Amino acid sequence: MLKLLEGPQTLGRGRIFWSCFLAVLAGALIYPLFADSYDVGNFAYFLIWIFMALGLCLMWGYGGMLSFGQTFFFGIAGYGYGVLAINMGGGTATIAALVLSVVVAMIAAGILGYFMIWGGISGIFFGIVTLSATLVLAFFLGQTAGPEWHIGPARLNGFNGMKGMDPLTVGSFDIEGSALYYLMIALIVIVYIALRMLVNSSIGNVIVATRENPQRAEMLGYDVRKYQLLTFVIGSGLAGLSGALYTSWGQFITPSSIGLPAAAMPIVWVAFSGRNDLTATLVGSFLLLFGFQTITVYSQQAALVLMGVLLLATVMLAPQGFVLGIGKLVVDWWSRRRRRDEGTALADTGRLQSDET
Amino acid sequence: MALVEVKGVSKRFGGLTAVSEVDLTVNAGEVHCLIGPNGAGKSTLFKLIVGLYPPTTGSIFFDSTDITAERPYARVQRGMSIKMQAPSVFKELPVRQNIQVALQERLSGAECAAEEERLLALLNLAEDSGKLAGALSHGQQQWLEIGMALALQPQLLLLDEPTAGMSPEETYKTGELIKSFNAQGMTVLVVEHDMAFVRQVAQRVTVLHLGKIFARGSLEAILEDEKVAEIYLGKTHAH
Repeated sequence: MLKLLEGPQTLGRGRIFWSCFLAVLAGALIYPLFADSYDVGNFAYFLIWIFMALGLCLMWGYGGMLSFGQTFFFGIAGYGYGVLAINMGGGTATIAALVLSVVVAMIAAGILGYFMIWGGISGIFFGIVTLSATLVLAFFLGQTAGPEWHIGPARLNGFNGMKGMDPLTVGSFDIEGSALYYLMIALIVIVYIALRMLVNSSIGNVIVATRENPQRAEMLGYDVRKYQLLTFVIGSGLAGLSGALYTSWGQFITPSSIGLPAAAMPIVWVAFSGRNDLTATLVGSFLLLFGFQTITVYSQQAALVLMGVLLLATVMLAPQGFVLGIGKLVVDWWSRRRRRDEGTALADTGRLQSDET
Repeated sequence: MALVEVKGVSKRFGGLTAVSEVDLTVNAGEVHCLIGPNGAGKSTLFKLIVGLYPPTTGSIFFDSTDITAERPYARVQRGMSIKMQAPSVFKELPVRQNIQVALQERLSGAECAAEEERLLALLNLAEDSGKLAGALSHGQQQWLEIGMALALQPQLLLLDEPTAGMSPEETYKTGELIKSFNAQGMTVLVVEHDMAFVRQVAQRVTVLHLGKIFARGSLEAILEDEKVAEIYLGKTHAH
C-alpha cells in the first residue's frame, strides 16, 4: 500500500522529499507553542479551505472536470452542519453532524454528477452546469429571510446567514483554537496521503487516462462514467468537508460563501498552484490564502483584484501553474546535479582503477 | 463458427447513407480484411461494430449475443479490442503507463510487471518506456496502440488502418505480429488500404463500395476480380 505514496501522478519522491514533508509537519505541529492564539486561529481558518482546493485538484487536474460547484457542496455541507448541529442539540452530536453533512454533500454530488456525466455533459458545459447549480443555491438561500424558512429550530435567515450552531465538541470539550488547528493538520495529512495513494493506484491510472482520452479509456474496457462520478463525488465531498468545518469554526454561514466570487476562488488557487499535482495545490493554496487574508486586512477589494491578476498571469505565463512549475524546476535541477555527481564519481573510480593497473 | 455477425446494418448521417444494408460475418480464428476505396464506409462499419456509432437499422452479434445496444466498454469486456485509425494513445502519460492502464484490469503485481516488460520488448519500445507517448514518432504511436489492444488478450482484435504512417519494414513487421497472434487463435478484423499488407495477412476479404458490400471471398478470388480492380481505379461507381 505504502508504495502508492509515490508514482507517476505525484511530484516528489524519495528520502529528501519525505524528509522535507516531515520537517514541515513538525514545524506545523510546534507552531502553536510559539504563536499567539489569534494567529493559530487564523491558520486553522486557512487550512479549512485546503480540502476544497485538493478536491478541485482531483477533479480538474487529474480527472479533467472543471467544476465551478465547489462552493455548492461547501454550502450544502455548511448549512447541513448548522441544521444538524442545532437540531441534534450540540455536544458530541456535532461530530455526527459533521460526518452526516459531508455525506449529504456527497449524495448531492452523486445525484448532480450522475445526471451530468450520464447525460454526456463535459468540457466547458460541465463548468457552466456546476456554476448554475451554485448560483441557484446562493440565490435560493438569499431569499430565506422569513420565519417560515426553518428546519426544526434552525432558521436559514436569508442573507444574514444561519447562526447559533455549536462548534465541534467532544463531551464538554469544544474543539476551538489550538485543538481545531491540530484537528485541521491531522485531517489534511490524512486527506493528502489518501489522495496520493488514490491517484497512484490503478483507479488513479484510469482517472488520468480518462482525462487524457476518454474514448481510448472506454476502448480498454473501462466504464469511464463510473470513474468520473467517483472523482466528482470525492472532490465534492472534500468541498463539503471544508464547508462543515467552516461553519463549526465560525458558528455561522451566509449565502455569500457560496456565490460567484466565492465560487471563483478555488479555481484561482488551484490554477495558480498547478492543478496537476496535489502537493503543488496544497502548498500554493495555503500561500494564496495566507496572502489574501493578509491583504484583506488592508483592503478586500485589493485582495480580490490581486486574485484576478494572478489568474490572468497564470493563464498567460504558466498555464500549468506557478508552484508546480517551480517544483518541476527544482526536481530537474536536483536530478541533473545527481547525474553530474554520479558521472564524476564514476570517472574518479575509472581513474583510480587505471592508476592501480 | 461466426464470431461477429453484422445483419442488415445501415448508418445514415442526415441525408447521407454511409453504410447500407450490410451483412458481414467474421469467423473465429481468421484474419479478415475489409477493403475499399476512400469513402466506401469501411471506418463507419468498423465504428458500428465497436459501438462508437449506433446503427440506424440492423443488428450486430458477437459470439451469438446481440450487442447492438451495448456501449463500447461492454463490448471490450466481452472480448473485443480495438486500435483506431489515428493513433489514440494517452499522449501526456509515459509509454509504460499507457501499457499499464491496458493491462491492469487483467493482471496485477509481478504478473502485470512481467507482461508489461514483454510487451514493451515486443513493440521495440523498452528504451522509450519513460518517454511521454506524445513524444513518440507516428509509427511508434501506432505500435504502442497495437500493444495496448493486444494487452487485453482479446478474442477479436479490430485494427483500423494499423500501418498508416509506418515504413515498409515496420509494416511488414506488423503483419508478422498479427499473423503470430492469429496463429495462437486470435481472430483479427483489419480495415486497410495497403494491398501489400492485405496480401501478407488476409485469409478472407470483404470489399465495400459506396457503403455496400461489393465483393467477398478468399484473398485470391478478390485479387482476380476485375470489378474490384476497377473500383480501386475509379472506373465503377456502383455495383
